[in-house]
Amino acid sequence: MSAPPVIAFAHVGKSFDGGRVKAVDDVSLEVHAGEFLTIVGGSGSGKTTLLRLANRLIDADQGRISIEGEDVRAVDPVQLRRRIGYVFQNGGLFPHMSVAGNIGITPKLLGTPAAEIAARVDELLDLVRLDRAQHRDRLPQELSGGQRQRVGVARALAAKPRIVLMDEPFGALDPLTRDALSQDYRALHDRLGLTTIMITHDMAEALLLADRIAVMHAGKLLAQGTAAELSGSGDAYVGQLLRTPRRQAERLNALLPANPSRDGKDGAA
Amino acid sequence: MNLLSDPRWSDAVSHLPDYLGNHVRVSVTALALGLLISLPLAIAARNRPLLRGALLGLASVVQTVPGLALLALFYPLLLALASLSLAWFGFDFSAFGFLPSVLALALYSMLPVLRNTITGLRGVDPALIEAAQGVGMTPRQSLFTVELPLALPVMMAGIRTAAVWVIGTATLSTPIGQTSLGNYIFAGLQTQNWVFVLFGCAAAALLALVVDQLLALIETGIRLRSRLRVALGALGIVALLAATLVPALARPPSSYIVGAKTFAEQYVLAALIAERLQAANLSAASREGLGSNVIFDALVSGDIDVYVDYSGTLWANQFHHSDIRPREVLLSELKTILAQQKVTLLGELGFENAYALVMPRKRAEQLGIRTISDLVPYAGTMSMAADYEFFSRPEWAGIQKAYGLKFRTQRQMQPDFMYAAVASGEVDVIAGYTSDGLIAKYDLVVLNDDRHAIPPYDAIVLLAPKRADDQALRSALQPLLGRIDIATMRAANLRAAGGNAAASPNEVARWLWNRIAKQP
Ligand SMILES: Nc1ncnc2c1ncn2[C@@H]1O[C@H](COP(=O)(O)OP(=O)(O)O)[C@@H](O)[C@H]1O
Ligand SMILES: [Mg+2]
Repeated sequence: MSAPPVIAFAHVGKSFDGGRVKAVDDVSLEVHAGEFLTIVGGSGSGKTTLLRLANRLIDADQGRISIEGEDVRAVDPVQLRRRIGYVFQNGGLFPHMSVAGNIGITPKLLGTPAAEIAARVDELLDLVRLDRAQHRDRLPQELSGGQRQRVGVARALAAKPRIVLMDEPFGALDPLTRDALSQDYRALHDRLGLTTIMITHDMAEALLLADRIAVMHAGKLLAQGTAAELSGSGDAYVGQLLRTPRRQAERLNALLPANPSRDGKDGAA
Repeated sequence: MNLLSDPRWSDAVSHLPDYLGNHVRVSVTALALGLLISLPLAIAARNRPLLRGALLGLASVVQTVPGLALLALFYPLLLALASLSLAWFGFDFSAFGFLPSVLALALYSMLPVLRNTITGLRGVDPALIEAAQGVGMTPRQSLFTVELPLALPVMMAGIRTAAVWVIGTATLSTPIGQTSLGNYIFAGLQTQNWVFVLFGCAAAALLALVVDQLLALIETGIRLRSRLRVALGALGIVALLAATLVPALARPPSSYIVGAKTFAEQYVLAALIAERLQAANLSAASREGLGSNVIFDALVSGDIDVYVDYSGTLWANQFHHSDIRPREVLLSELKTILAQQKVTLLGELGFENAYALVMPRKRAEQLGIRTISDLVPYAGTMSMAADYEFFSRPEWAGIQKAYGLKFRTQRQMQPDFMYAAVASGEVDVIAGYTSDGLIAKYDLVVLNDDRHAIPPYDAIVLLAPKRADDQALRSALQPLLGRIDIATMRAANLRAAGGNAAASPNEVARWLWNRIAKQP
């Protein structure tokens, strides 16, 4: 009855250092069209490795990964990456290229005419809410952290991908900026009908943003589901992960008087 | 005399288009070749530790070979290659001058380029290389659009170092037949023309500085993403190259090239021959400062047309004979051997420039030394000096064997300083040259070779195979044959060592011709 998943991991395993480090261990996970999935888990739990396997920055040792129904091993990795947006942890912007150069890189690799790229860059600057004229020709080092991550998002979206992978995209930002950016991105996700996997180490962010959450620990997928489904999980580690945001919410509720105004603007960016 | 009104400055300046032009051409070609080889190698080796180690190791070893030796080694190597290529593929190339210089200098330029390119590329943040992959670049696109641009500042620093090295070392290409700013330095050292030495050093340093600054301009242009700077820097280098090419193209090529080895007498004789050819309306230019191992081969292969050599030198060094023949016999045998190589022995000039043991006249008289045999009992307490090649020459082995001569110490010296050293008592005996004017100047005596251990060294004029039947050349040089006696040559050499304006080879050659022409 349901459509086939856009991204599917089936019993995927990946180890490093000659098998001594099992970074991803028998993970099966499906993400459907239009879905927003977050992956949470401690440092070194294999989140990044799982994401890199999806666009073949590395290849799996075991299992099968398919994107839009195709086994990734059957497609050219370069072509695959050009149709998947990827946002890197620290932006990964090329320091010797302007904002416009960074954003337009994938269309350029695809052979899009220069005029079309320029128009697309402006469109994307609007989309991530950066002033066109002010930012187009700047170098990455002339931007704030928040602005850099907005450019990173714009770059990932430049070639109109249907899939976006994000590796702790807003992790290094201050809480206000992070909140504004993640809200903005969620709105883009909905508007553009994207399928997104986002890694975060912030459980509250994961719960608030995602349709579904996957929890990883020591290379294994411990649990997956909606916030409500996760809270019913019997796993001790999952319970511990959920306890912190829950307690914080309770304490905040008790401390703060009700305040309905919540501004989504990215003040610091 | 006012330093700047010295005519040697204008003499130096008059050679500048030729020397500088050749210097720039050989340096830029070598650097371009070096980059062409080093850059792909560095890129290929950046992620291969074994290849990387091997390359950097090899380049470092090359660097430890002195520049002069490296350049000199390429000459016989290419000579062998040229004869192989002639035998196998039926074509020949000149192993003289430009080619060996370019190859040796290119090799010399490799270390800084390799090292900095590898360091620069390996210094690129791995996260950025992954980002390049992530946005859909092929490894090639990643290399050219991300890795190389990011490594460029470090690479440019290496290229600048290489450029400065190559321009400096190119001065040493003079002895293998490549005209360069080194011609000033070699000629100046040999003829005690310090104006030339200074001029050559300053010109080479200035050239290195200009090229370095142009490259620096390109480097900052790349760093600041300023197209203007990059364009200006590149334009400067192109302009430099063009400026040195234009006079070379405009000048009609000389039909006769006169060779000269690296000492004053040779400069004077080459100038004399060139002047005689011009007087006979034959266009002539000289290639000076050629190593004595290079010059004969250059004549055989036709890279030079005519030069003066010495019978004993050819006999012992070129043809490896250790026996000593009387003068006339040696000359006639030499003629036969030379004819086998199609080289013409046109005739003798009339003097000998032999190696001879030389010491101060007063000291010799005190000790009663007139012959080498007389010297033997004292040698054990004496020190001796000679030029860089003498102690490894067969003549020295012959003298030692004939007399059982053994000195307390032996030193090698720049020939110009040797005479002053023996006159001042710094050393006791030197291996001097019989035609040297300094023998009279410092009141030295030549010790008699009573056992005839030293072969005769008649100055002889040699013609290249392709000039064997050149009557115009023969008749232009005929008036010189047998007309220069030892006293005349000594006087000419003394003038050439004068260290003043009248000491330039051209001036001395003119004086010499006047003397010859006045003879009955
Ligand atoms: N390229 C690699 N080589 C060796 N070990 C790696 C490599 N990438 C990841 N690992 C190891 O795999 C494990 C999972 O890493 P990662 O996926 O980056 O975790 P996370 O993103 O959850 O912090 C860690 O132990 C890490 O050290
Ligand atoms: Mg990670």
